[in-house]
Formats: sequence, structure tokens, C-alpha cells
Amino acid sequence: MRDHYQLIVIGGGPAGLGAAFSARRGGLDHILIVERDVELGGILNQCIHNGFGLHYFGEELTGPEYAGRLIDRLAGLGIDILCDAMALEIMPGEQEHSLRLVSADAGYRLVTCEAVVLAMGCRERTRGAIQIPGTRAAGIFTAGTAQRYVNIEGCMVGRRVIILGSGDIGLIMARRMTLEGAEVLACVELLPYSGGLTRNIVQCLQDFNIPLFLSHTITKIEGKDRVKRVTVQQVDENFRPIDGTEMYYDVDTVLLSVGLIPENELSRAAGVEIDPKTSGPVVYENRETSIPGIFACGNVLHVHDLVDFVTEESESAGEAAAAYVLRRSDTDKVRGRDEDHTGKSGDPRQASCFSLVPDQTIAYTVPQRIRPACVDNVVRVYFRVKAPYKTPKQIVFRDGERRIVASFRRPYMAPGEMEHVVLKRALLDGVRGDHLTVSVEEIS
Amino acid sequence: MIFDVAIIGAGVVGCAVSYYLSQYELKTALLERENDVAMGASRANTAIIHGGYDPVPGTWMARLNVEGMRRCFELCEELDVECRKTGSYVIALEDEQTETLKILLEQGVANGCEGLEIIDGDACRAREPHLTEDVAAALWVPESGVINPWEFALAMAEVAVRNGVSFMPNTRVCDIAWEGDHYVIGAADTRESFEPLDRDAEPYAAAGSARGTGEQPTTGGERGKTMIRARYLINAAGVESDTIHNMVAPPSFEIVPTRGEYYLLDRTVGPLVKSVIFACPSAAGKGVTFSPTIHDNFLVGPNAEVIDDRDDTAVTRAALDDIARKACRMVPDFNPRTSIRNFAGVRANSTCGDFVIGKAAENFLDLAAIKSPGLTCAPAIARAALDILREDGWLSERKADWRGGRRVVRFKEIPEEERAAFVRDHPLYGRVICRCETITEGEIVASMKREIPPVSIDGVKRRAGTGMGRCQGGFCGPRVLGIIARESGRDPLSIEEDGAGSRVLVSETKKAVRRE
Repeated sequence: MRDHYQLIVIGGGPAGLGAAFSARRGGLDHILIVERDVELGGILNQCIHNGFGLHYFGEELTGPEYAGRLIDRLAGLGIDILCDAMALEIMPGEQEHSLRLVSADAGYRLVTCEAVVLAMGCRERTRGAIQIPGTRAAGIFTAGTAQRYVNIEGCMVGRRVIILGSGDIGLIMARRMTLEGAEVLACVELLPYSGGLTRNIVQCLQDFNIPLFLSHTITKIEGKDRVKRVTVQQVDENFRPIDGTEMYYDVDTVLLSVGLIPENELSRAAGVEIDPKTSGPVVYENRETSIPGIFACGNVLHVHDLVDFVTEESESAGEAAAAYVLRRSDTDKVRGRDEDHTGKSGDPRQASCFSLVPDQTIAYTVPQRIRPACVDNVVRVYFRVKAPYKTPKQIVFRDGERRIVASFRRPYMAPGEMEHVVLKRALLDGVRGDHLTVSVEEIS
Repeated sequence: MIFDVAIIGAGVVGCAVSYYLSQYELKTALLERENDVAMGASRANTAIIHGGYDPVPGTWMARLNVEGMRRCFELCEELDVECRKTGSYVIALEDEQTETLKILLEQGVANGCEGLEIIDGDACRAREPHLTEDVAAALWVPESGVINPWEFALAMAEVAVRNGVSFMPNTRVCDIAWEGDHYVIGAADTRESFEPLDRDAEPYAAAGSARGTGEQPTTGGERGKTMIRARYLINAAGVESDTIHNMVAPPSFEIVPTRGEYYLLDRTVGPLVKSVIFACPSAAGKGVTFSPTIHDNFLVGPNAEVIDDRDDTAVTRAALDDIARKACRMVPDFNPRTSIRNFAGVRANSTCGDFVIGKAAENFLDLAAIKSPGLTCAPAIARAALDILREDGWLSERKADWRGGRRVVRFKEIPEEERAAFVRDHPLYGRVICRCETITEGEIVASMKREIPPVSIDGVKRRAGTGMGRCQGGFCGPRVLGIIARESGRDPLSIEEDGAGSRVLVSETKKAVRRE
């Protein structure tokens, strides 16, 4: 292990693995991946179901297989890997950034680097965040924690199960628990639509005759030591329980799949600007955050639906981090000469920039900022809609003068499925004003 | 054998008594129905060291508060318990409440509080900018603070056990009889009433069908009952202290179990308040408290609801909504969505209105109906108890070899420049298990080697601080469970989340079958 790296990647899940690979391919020699678990792969290691890799690898893989492919790609590239280690603090600097790392094997140390890729992933929302009334009995798990117990530790967390929230991990666990011999009585979703992928609703609930109750929630958990019973009620349009709709389930387990939150404590402490809409960093077209030399990708940036898109995104972040480091060393060599501040060869910080502004129909966009001069050919814009659309609609980008810059038709859209569109450089150059509004509109 | 003293209840009061008693040549037992110390109101409260202006002069609460407060801070220093002297404000939102502040100030002076001061609303808001603009005036109580309540109880009990006190968890007192020169306590093993671990369960068994073979009788009869003999009994049974009292003496008071619910807020909300903020008590009740915790989170609550079931620590929508509404009156930036946990505690309020401290029968001392400010008063209550024992001639000889003090290594507190060397020498302190709170494996393993080892995931949480943060153990829970199993040699399937019977796992998953 060195004391100084060109790039340190925090997180050895799919995002970190993708970023490290593309940064190496982009010309960096000294890269370190810091991973808190004892092996690389991140959350993919516990996702033993299939359905991964259709977009990126063109074949269907399980989570560990997908992770395995990403890990194998790194073999022989000379990338340093520090597992069972934790990044405690990022201290951004003008010349270089410093990180405090700790691990049982490598000890407590300060390491410097020119660029950082944040790839810490996300965590699950808990019961406390949604305040379910009732006791604090054992048997209440977030779906991902239950998944770890079942798939990694080889232990069952319960026999009669109800699932609150229809996020993808909850749906996957409904099937998993059923296959392991548990009885999954229902999946209960507060919203009038599911937040999960359609394919998961079909393959994990419908195929196993597990009912999905939309516009319902758990209003009470009973049981002193272990969960014994839950009350489920329908909710009105303001999400208030409706009296008289009570259903009772005798269960010993409640699994929560009520949302994922990008894990940005390190980023926040380092002073990285956070977008309240995504709970992830605000990034430019190349996934660079508000702090020069700090990039972000994967679920730490915004919660993805498919890992394939994480890989795509992390590869562009890794590439950008490599370009950043190499450009700096070039600049060092030519320091003192006149520089071209407008083109790609110049410092992108100096280039003109506009913001993407989602209107009330769009939950968020990533990136949030685009510097047209820094875009090679195209920029992919990822976003989620706020409500489901079952009939064809169009996504419209308007500039500061309300002129339509681009529009894209979609036959249907749902909040559970991340959308993306490709904006061409030529279009971006024509943007007037300092922002582009993004909205869902009727097809005119 | 016959114990000299048996303390019934290992809440903060029982633990404080055991701590002081361990300094004397006595055979002492500390009985607890749960599987750990501080499992009742001692762990589910506002975690405040109260200033002493609130109790009506003349009551036990008034007499013991200021002494208890000072002893709390001293003990925390001696026993390395996390605490912080934050000071507190009682805020008046209208001018007539300002009159109440004057009464509280007078009471405080009568009770021995120092440094009390009434300041105007602007001065208060200058120090606490997140408070509502409606603050008309505030009573400043500089001596009060916040504490880690379960660690406080635990630390005292650990020192007691180190000095020979027998801690007896899972021991529920069923009946008490006087046998001429000592009491005989009939005690049941709390764990007996829970289903035994079912190793043979069919993973395929449809829910509700028979689990395992044979009927397992739960306790009802004498099964698992043990006799504990002691010459002197101290009733520190909290919410059950009237039940214990009535086993020995005629009923003289009744517990009125009063539940209080709370929000625990994530520290990422920022520095909402620096000191403890109390609403001004009024005819409508005491109001809620907005309080920083020693871990820089915030506690908001409690309400007060009289309930029937003394063990009912469920939270309710109505109470949480009510607390949120009141909290917003005080701190408009309060957002319930920043909550990471809700919990409830049951206060041992009583028909007496004050603590019940005193001899109820021969060799039987009540330290009963201890409610707020009971946590603060606990060391003073214990001191008062020892005075009574001394008067009765029980405290003749101090232990010559008593060993006090306690030190806990917390990775976060190790000075920056010493960390590298410390981790090199103690590699387990380099493995972060709880990433929200930066708690290392070294701290967890150390907690398991102390005088009262944790038996559950929450037992580790109360000692090492794992799972206290925003993910609430989602990430570290399985890892902590694994460490407990490894360090204690227990089957992972037997490990509980918290109290007896709260088992986390139910069986192993299916096994692959090798076909011949």
C-alpha cells in the first residue's frame, strides 16, 4: 500500500469496481479501492437471484456472478485493494485530497490522492424513519438485513411474514422467503402504485399468489418479545388510515422495504454539495461533485433500479476521474502558458454551465449540471417520474426562454423504473439561459 | 446460603444501591427479572440530569435532586460514563407563563439549585436560535445536563459485581416469606415462559402447524422456581414496586403506570438545540422536552398516558402526532421525518405523588415509585438507603479491598495522534462494525469481557453503542450477532435482539442434499 494514490475509490461494490476499471483504462497507474466488507462485490454478493446483466453483459446473471465479472476484470491491472477497511474522513485540499482510513490489518492511516470516487452505495430506510406504531419486538427487519441473514449467514428470520413497502428488495425477499419455506401473507404499499420493477411484481408476488395491497399500510405491530400480529389498514389520499378497513395478520416477521437513502455521511462531512431531491451529491455531466477532483457514481449518487446502469455510470465517472488527474499533471507541465478556457483541453471549471431543473412531475435528474463544452458527443440524463403514466407521454427539455430543446416519447413510465434520455452535444450548445427545465407533458 | 441484602430490581436505583453496598462487608444480591440491567424506565427516559427546580420543596424528590445531580456528575467522571453539563431552559411562551418561571426559580432556590436565572426571550433565542420567536422568557438552569442512562446504571452494577455483588438476571420474584430471621424469595426463571429453541423445526412446516415435537409446558407451577434467602430486602422494583411491597407489607401506595413516548432524531438535522429545552409546566401538563443526547442526537418527548399494562411500551400514532405538534411549538424546525427511532417508557408514577422511601416492614426497605427525576436522584436515593441501613446497624465494616473506577476505550475518543499506535497494538479497534456511530469490533469484544457481559444485540448496543445511529442496526446487527455467538460460544440461533424470548433467527435455511 502506498501513501499517495492518483485515485482512491471508496466502496468496492459495482460502482467502485466499474470506476476503478475505467480509471485504469483511462491511464491511471496508482488506484486504491477501499471496501468495508471482507471481499469485493458490495450488496451484489447477497443478491443471489438472477436478472442482472441483461443490458451490460447481454446475458442474465446472478448478483454474485455479476460482481465476479467486475472483479475478474480488475485482475492483473495492478489496482490496490484494501478490504475490511473503512474510510473515516475525506479532507479535501487544493493540491490533493487526504483520507483517513482504518482497518484491522492496515491500521489507522492517512493517505493522500489527487482524485476520489465516492461509491459508498445506499442504506435502507428503517422503521424509525416512518414511525410505525406498536411494540419494538424482534422480528422486524429491513428487507436487505433479512436478505443478508438468509443468503449470507444461512439463517431464516421468520416463518410467517408480511412485507411493508413494495421496493425491489422487499419483492425479491417475498419470493426468497417463500422458497425457503416461509409463508408470505401479503405485501402492503402505502402509495397507490408500487415502487418496484414491474418484472419483480410479476415474478416475485403474482407467481407466488402473494397479494399486493396498494394504498394500505401497517398501522400497528403487536408482540412483546417477537412480533405476533400486525394491523393493516387502507389509507386515504392523504395517507391517513381509514377506520373500518382493518385487516389482521398473525405473523412473526415484518420486512420493511420502504426506500433507500444514498449513504453520504462522508460526502457531507467533506463539504460536498448534496441535492435534497436525490440525497446524493450534485454532479456535473462527468459525475464530478461540487468539490474539484471528487466524483460520485452508483447508489451513493442516486438510487438505481438496475446495476447495469450503475456500471455505465461508474465507468464514465472513472474515466472522468482519470482525465482529471492526467489533465492536472499536464497542466503542471505547461503551467505558465496561456490556456484555452473554453474547450475540453481547458479547465472545465471555467466552462459555462447550466442546471437541469425538474418540474413537479419529475423526482430528480442526474446530472444536475451540464457544461456543454465538456460533453464529447452526448450526455445521458437519468431521472425518475413522480407518478405512474400508463399512456404515452413525452419528456420535454425547455431552456431559459421556454424553447423546447429536446423531447422524448415514452409509451409508459413508473416511479419504480429509472428513465434516461440521451442529449446530443449539438442540442446543448443551443441552450439559452442558465437552466433546462425537465417535465412530463402530453404528446401534442 | 443466605444473602445479607437482596436488592429487587436492577434499574438505575437498584444499581446505585448495589454500587454503594458493595463497599461494605456484605453478601449482596441484585435480582432482575429481565436479562440485563436497566431494562425498564431506566433505559427509556429523557436521559436528563435534572437541575432540581421542579419538585415541590419538602418532598423526597426536592430533597434528593440537587444532591443526586452532583453525585451523578461525580460518578460519571469516576466510572467513565458519558454525560455532558448542557444546562437547560424552561421556556415561557406567553407572559403569564413568566409568572410560573418565577415560582420555579423560588422552588429551585429552596431546593438548593445554584446559578438559576430568568432571562428574556431575545437573550434565550440568542443562545438557542432554533427556538420559536414566541419565547417570552426562560429560566436558565446551568447545572443540569444529559447522561447515557443505561451506561450509568450498568457502570455502577459492574463495579458492584467486581466487588462481590451477585447479579441475578432473568429472576422474577413471585412471592416473599419471612422466616424468623430472613426472607425467602420464591423466584422464577423468566426464560422458562418462553418457547425453547426448536432445533428440529421443519423449515417447510406451514405456519401455525405444530412446531417441534411434544408439548412444552410454560411455567405456571413450580417448575424452574428457586429460593433466594436474604436477611434484608430492598425494593427497587420500579413499575412493579407496589407488587413487591404488597408481598411483605399492607398496601400503602399504588403504581399508576404512565407511558411516555419519544422521537429520537438523527444528528444530521444539525445543532437544533445546545441545551435541554423544557416547556413551561401548565394546567395542561408538563409539556414535551427537546433535548440533545450525549451522542449529539435529539430526544423529543414524552407525552404522559396512564395505561393498564405496565409492560406496554408500544408507541401510538396519536401520541407521536401530539408530541410532534407540541415540539413544533417550541422548535419550529422540528421535522418528524428526521426521526430514526420511536420508543416508549413506563414511569412508575404512584398514588403517593412522591418517591416512597422508607421501611415498610422489618428488614424491608422501599425505594419505590421512583419516577422523574429518579434517574438524577438515584445516587442520592441510594445514599439515603444506606443511611437507613447504617442506622439499623448493617454497615459496620467497609471492604478494605474494594476496587472502584472504570475505564472504557471508545475509538471515537482516542486522540487523533494516538490512533495509529493504538490500532497497531489492538487491531480489533481497526475494524469498524457500526458504521453510523463508528464503533469497532474491539469495543464490542471489550464490552463482552466486562463484569456483566451483554447477552443480546441490544445488550451490546447499550454497552458499545452499536446500532444507535440512523440505520438502527440494519448493517451491524448481523455482524454483532455473529460476534456475540463467537465470543460467548453460543448458537447464533439462540441470540436475542433484546429481552428474553426476542430471538432474531428461527432456523437455518435449507441445506443442499447430495444425491448418491
